[in-house]
Amino acid sequence: MKITTVRRISQLFFFALFVWFCIVATVGEKFWQIRNWPINWILQLDPLVALGTILSTGKFYWPLHCALGMVIVTIIFGRFFCGWVCPFGSIHHFVGYLGNRSKKVSDKIQLNKYRKAQSLKYLILVFLLAMAAFPSLASSLQTGLLDPIPLVTRSFNLVLLPVLDRGTNLTSVAARFYELGWLTLTVFAAAVLLNLVIPRFYCRFLCPLGAFFGIISRFSIWRIGKTKSECIDCKLCEKSCEGGCEPSGNIKIAECVLCFNCRDDCKHNLIAYQTVPSLAGETPADVSRRGFCLSLAGGVLAVPAVRLSGKLASNWESSLIRPPGALEEREFLKRCIKCGQCMRICPTNVIQPAGIEAGLEGLWTPTLNNRIGSSGCQLNCVACGQVCSTSAIRPITLDEKKGEGDFADKGPVKLGTAFIDRNRCLPWSLDKPCIVCQENCPVSPKAIYTRESFSTVRDGVALVKSITGSTILIDRRIIPGKFGTGDYYVLFENGARRKIAANADDSIGLSVSDEKTPLITGKIEIQVCLQRPYIDIEKCIGCGVCEHECPVSGLRAIRVSAEGETRSKNRRLLLR
Amino acid sequence: MADQNQTNFGRRQLLARGVKAAASIAAAGSIAYWLYDRNGPNGDVETRANLQQLPDLAVPRKNGQTLSIVQGSDRTKTVNKAIDLLGGIERFISPGDVVVIKPNVAFASPAFLGATAHPDVVAAVIRLCYDRGRAKKVIVTDNPINDPASCFAISGIGKAATLAGADVVMPKDNLFSNITLDGGVLIKDYPVFTAPLEDANKLIGIGPVKDHHRSAASMSMKNWYGLLGGRRNIFHQDINTIIAELSMLVKPTFVLLDGTTTMMTNGPTGGSVSDLKKTNTMIASADMVAADAFGCSLLNRKPADLPYLALAEKAGAGTADYESLKPLRAEVT
Repeated sequence: MKITTVRRISQLFFFALFVWFCIVATVGEKFWQIRNWPINWILQLDPLVALGTILSTGKFYWPLHCALGMVIVTIIFGRFFCGWVCPFGSIHHFVGYLGNRSKKVSDKIQLNKYRKAQSLKYLILVFLLAMAAFPSLASSLQTGLLDPIPLVTRSFNLVLLPVLDRGTNLTSVAARFYELGWLTLTVFAAAVLLNLVIPRFYCRFLCPLGAFFGIISRFSIWRIGKTKSECIDCKLCEKSCEGGCEPSGNIKIAECVLCFNCRDDCKHNLIAYQTVPSLAGETPADVSRRGFCLSLAGGVLAVPAVRLSGKLASNWESSLIRPPGALEEREFLKRCIKCGQCMRICPTNVIQPAGIEAGLEGLWTPTLNNRIGSSGCQLNCVACGQVCSTSAIRPITLDEKKGEGDFADKGPVKLGTAFIDRNRCLPWSLDKPCIVCQENCPVSPKAIYTRESFSTVRDGVALVKSITGSTILIDRRIIPGKFGTGDYYVLFENGARRKIAANADDSIGLSVSDEKTPLITGKIEIQVCLQRPYIDIEKCIGCGVCEHECPVSGLRAIRVSAEGETRSKNRRLLLR
Repeated sequence: MADQNQTNFGRRQLLARGVKAAASIAAAGSIAYWLYDRNGPNGDVETRANLQQLPDLAVPRKNGQTLSIVQGSDRTKTVNKAIDLLGGIERFISPGDVVVIKPNVAFASPAFLGATAHPDVVAAVIRLCYDRGRAKKVIVTDNPINDPASCFAISGIGKAATLAGADVVMPKDNLFSNITLDGGVLIKDYPVFTAPLEDANKLIGIGPVKDHHRSAASMSMKNWYGLLGGRRNIFHQDINTIIAELSMLVKPTFVLLDGTTTMMTNGPTGGSVSDLKKTNTMIASADMVAADAFGCSLLNRKPADLPYLALAEKAGAGTADYESLKPLRAEVT
């Protein structure tokens, strides 16, 4: 079998595996649902995830150990990840092939020539790593913006899958919603469509992971190269060169993605995968000193510049509710790779990609939107932390989340605090009974409690003309049946208050009561019994079920705000 | 094109072009005529209506066999006994029936916290339907408050139902249709979870006895809230009327009200075993009003504390005077 066929099989295999992991990240017990599928495995293979978090945190978080294996294999065999494994690379490979397959050979050779601008990706890599690498200044992990594995993961999970699954709902009970889909899709589509201009445009010019592999492949033991320095210079080897590395001459070895097309296309068998460098010479990654220094300086300065917004200081965003177990914001931003796995796995769909409300560096990081999804952050669920590759959201247990067992003295993990907007709340501002928020509050005892109050309805004052048994005749007209719902009462002048059982247009039937105070004629008030909600700040965990369920469906009358979140000490409200 | 060149543009070409032009004009005209809308939009929102009303799935009444109350802590035993007292499952389920079971699966909460129907009860009823009732198919369904998949998984009802051989139907948008209740004021052109009921011959409700701050208690009638779709929480403004209307809308074969443990406080979500009390009572009833009227005694409440009972009684859904039905009582150990 030809080596290029083996490569195609490998690409197909890893692409299928990637798609499979996207599909099985579905709550359920069937074989194609979550069970124990290692849905993060491809993310964990990504050395840029590991390197980024190492630079920002100074530690090598254990689930990322596969990345070390990938580095070792790359040092031995070269930048094969891009040509053999990367699902995003395989998409580019395929689309580039489709878009350019009918071009003339000479045009293809032109398309695949090396371009100076390919060194841009090294500058992007340096810039992104510099943003993370100086924790003592300000460190922000932004590799996820362009790192192909998180990028393709979020594009599939947050856009392609929910769109393709709209009719069938195979991967969720209800249709999924994700904010920012337009941006996620635009970035993905742009990266894919650029292949029509130049094949593997993203890999050649932009990909920071490719740049990283390019740099470390400098020391690889095996590499592509010519077995003779001279040849007839037909350049057929560059007809389908995926990396744009010019194998016909002085090969740009860092650009080579080991597609092996050159070896296949050379009619004279002058190209081999060998331990000696190409006899026509080879050049390592082209990074100018000036470019390197500028990118480094730019990256170092970019983070403090972005943070001038004060989003990590007093101007923090109170609507940014991080998932349960999320680290304190600075630590969180050192780890989140914007892959969207937490948003995919969240059974209620409440975790959403943030726009720039968390500051520019918070783009695509997880935030809770209680108006989306099926029910806020569910009490008995810790899925997001379990699935986070970098522990930006810690893998907490249910006990820790609920403050039970070993965590009883720490109390539950709070995401924020619910606040009632009394200007919008039905019992508070519109004299309507409701307390849906109280009903749905999942903690015990409930964080939402009520105080009963009686409010005289509009035009609710009348005179009693006569009393027969428990029926009173009044001097004015009321709408028949309006007050017989169990929520309305009549208050007499002597203080007696009786529940209304039914009413006609001029009479009111009162419920039987044990109350001793007699009913008297004279002035009465028709009152509605309101249970008005209050928040017990000590009990509220900020789960947002109340906000989700609030019947005031536009701007909710109860909303979670990040004050009081466990992860940050300086946003607390409680004294003790 | 060369033949469109003016110099050799002949009669033939002119004719051909004329025919094409005429065809294009005719096509444009036909499409315009076909789609022509003289009136403009009328402002109505189009809704589906697969079922206009929910079917009446009650079986004929038998005096003295309407309500049974069984004491005991083993749910499987009390369920079997309670149904036997009413004449056995054979009275309710006929061979070949499609049975829909609507347990209360409202919350993503484990069974021992009592916020949902108990999986043992669901499993026992499914087995009775299949083994002795010789039902063709049993469907278990609910439109929970919390995330549906999580609710069915965490409550254990999904697994219990599947193991006992029932189909679990989760709520999806296309399974709801808009219904207007005759004589209703709240359920008007409102989405109801009708699809599971379309081929059903029998309907069984299963709910626990729970405290509820707004309606005083959540029992077998409040359980039907789970058939409503949309933003159903708006009905909490008039909770008693909506529960009464649900009792007019839904005509079940019978209901099981599970008071093995009663959620005395912090309902309907509970969240702690300290909210529960062992009351060791299972109620089976072909009259939901009577079942709830008795059930509230487990919460130490009186029927008068539950205004929806009087409203439902007035609407003809049953009687709150459960003693008049001469409830059948038994104890199993």
